[in-house]
Amino acid sequence: MYRIRFHGRGGQGMKTASRILGSAFFAEGFEVQDAPRYGAERRGAPIFAYVRAARAPINERGIIRRPDLVIVADDTLVPVPASGVLAGIEARTVLLINSTADAATWQQRLNIRSPVFTLPASADVEDRAELPYIGATCAGAAARLMGVLSRDALAGAIRDELAALGPEIIERNLENALEAWDSMQAHAGLVSEGDMTGATDYGRPDWAELPFESARLAAPTVYAAANSVEVRTGLWRTLRPVIDHEKCNRCWWVCSTFCPDGAIDVGEDGTPEIDYEHCKGCMICVAQCPPHAIGAMPEQQAQQAEAGGAQS
Amino acid sequence: MSRTLMTGNAAAAWGARLARADYVPAFPITPQTEIIETLAGWIDSGEMPGRLVTLESEHSMITAAGGAAATGVRVFSATSSQGLLYGMEMLYTVAGWRAPFVLVNVSRGLASPITLESDHNDIMAARDCGFLQLHCATCQEVLDSILLAYRLAEDSRVRLPVIVNLDGFYLSFTREPVETPAAEAAADFIGRYDPQNVRFRASTPESQAVAVLGGSPYSYFRYETHLAALNGLAVYGELQAEFRETFGRDHPAVEAYHAADAEYLFVMLGSFATKAREAVDRLREAGHAVGLLRPRLLRPFPAETLRGLLDGRRAVAVIDQNLSMGMGGVLHGELLAALYGHAGAPPVVASFIGGLGGRDISAEEFYEIAAELQRSAEAGRCPPPRLLYTRDELREIRKLQAIAQVEREELKGTR
Repeated sequence: MYRIRFHGRGGQGMKTASRILGSAFFAEGFEVQDAPRYGAERRGAPIFAYVRAARAPINERGIIRRPDLVIVADDTLVPVPASGVLAGIEARTVLLINSTADAATWQQRLNIRSPVFTLPASADVEDRAELPYIGATCAGAAARLMGVLSRDALAGAIRDELAALGPEIIERNLENALEAWDSMQAHAGLVSEGDMTGATDYGRPDWAELPFESARLAAPTVYAAANSVEVRTGLWRTLRPVIDHEKCNRCWWVCSTFCPDGAIDVGEDGTPEIDYEHCKGCMICVAQCPPHAIGAMPEQQAQQAEAGGAQS
Repeated sequence: MSRTLMTGNAAAAWGARLARADYVPAFPITPQTEIIETLAGWIDSGEMPGRLVTLESEHSMITAAGGAAATGVRVFSATSSQGLLYGMEMLYTVAGWRAPFVLVNVSRGLASPITLESDHNDIMAARDCGFLQLHCATCQEVLDSILLAYRLAEDSRVRLPVIVNLDGFYLSFTREPVETPAAEAAADFIGRYDPQNVRFRASTPESQAVAVLGGSPYSYFRYETHLAALNGLAVYGELQAEFRETFGRDHPAVEAYHAADAEYLFVMLGSFATKAREAVDRLREAGHAVGLLRPRLLRPFPAETLRGLLDGRRAVAVIDQNLSMGMGGVLHGELLAALYGHAGAPPVVASFIGGLGGRDISAEEFYEIAAELQRSAEAGRCPPPRLLYTRDELREIRKLQAIAQVEREELKGTR
């Protein structure tokens, strides 16, 4: 059985990528299971999706513990523990990372022997939650690494899965996916089918006897008042709204009311200030601002500018 | 008939469409919403006739479903978890109306703490309400079970609403190959809805209500509902045989996997049972006589079938994906009730709780459960119930508690 895991951020199309790969397998006569996994839906949060494909009906379900191939659409996820990118990676697991850093760098950074390939990430991406065509690109490269999927099956899967988006968008996705397919030519078939852990020589589960603990410890309640402010939801932001105070006409009620997170504070003179600790970058204020005084800036670029500013 | 990749939610929507549901009262909740969104899309585009109405709560939604069913139209609805519980008062109420309809529940664990992921405490809470229950392990079963559920609900020997249960995420959002019957074949199988005891005719207004009763007459109606539910066992048997002949797929009241010669059996409900199937395959390769029983029908409870299938076995592990606080696994208790006093009952019927809030049950855990059964059978005593949890998981909790403790101390300092 093939077991493949896609990691990305909400909005990057990893669910679609898993479906493209799943449909390509299905078109080639495989039994398939594909599914996304996420918590409360939010753009920019780590999500993953997985694909299983086999010649026989699939009974395994849920998370893939020992993947054959791991695809990472956004390299900023690698060090995020909650994203579980590195979970269960063995020497035979192939890694495909969309990154500006090269494969050797990743092998060295992570101290792994697994084969690593990179998709050249575009440096001038505006919004990381919308890396253009990254889903199709990842699916295209992954399909080639399998070695058992034809170019036609990949193209057919893209046409099926993106049918609702219209011919123009499909064509652009196809171009990117097939280019990624071609780029993996030399490594076709590198990903191999892993085994299921057998029932003779398995690691016994280390079961714990749960002790009783007082409700002071064992109730899932949060007692501290107003502590949601401690959760820096600003970390989810991929685009940053920036107020041009020259253009701002102090109609403070508009932006501060439309902000769904209450992340726009208003000074006594009506000057709005964005709370970047908590602004999730939804860009509603950008859309609502009557004098168009709020612009959008890629978060990475904004952070680089800040870092640069601090050095100089 | 076409075979395509489809989520459990899409399969549920297809079931309702092929059953030609006339009326869909709806209220959104994760992980079910995709079902009503799909139906809304089809009804809006004219691909599916019928009406979909969003209500202001699940309580109203179940009321509307029962009310519409009582006018003699075919009704479909869907909910999950907290939504099922919010509608609980009306689940009991409408079942007593004896107006058949089908409700899908996408299983999701209950608060508190809050979770989006799957377990069976929601559907178990609806165990005693009078709805019959079908539990699915695959997306294919979801579609097929909805067709079967309408026939079961509408049968004159039953006339009760039916819940079709599927697991959140593990089926709801998971695509698998699903054969969709041709619309005509499904329509032939399911037939036209015969309102029988319920009716409403245009221009002949009529008042319908239920009586306020106590004691003896009250008992009569409750007993009749119970007898109707029990009839479901035989009716389901007939229907599933007809379904198998028509569509070539077998959905017995209890799935028996490698059970014929098994000395040890896993017993579990829902999609996690396919993980048990996989474990059975590996255990068989390793030479262990292990099998799986999976009740698809939970209400009525197929006690006689289970007694027959468990006759003379050495040991059984009931793996409950639910927990009755202060008691244990619900299915474990029900199986013991079915087996008590039966001469061939297995001497060991062990209880394992796992898969709460979507927690995985690993292959290794299935292997170890099988090993525990063998040890218990040899020792001739039943092991105490086990709450599946590893030391690693407990360490993770200790880390979180340590962080919480530090924060608590910090907060004390600031006040």
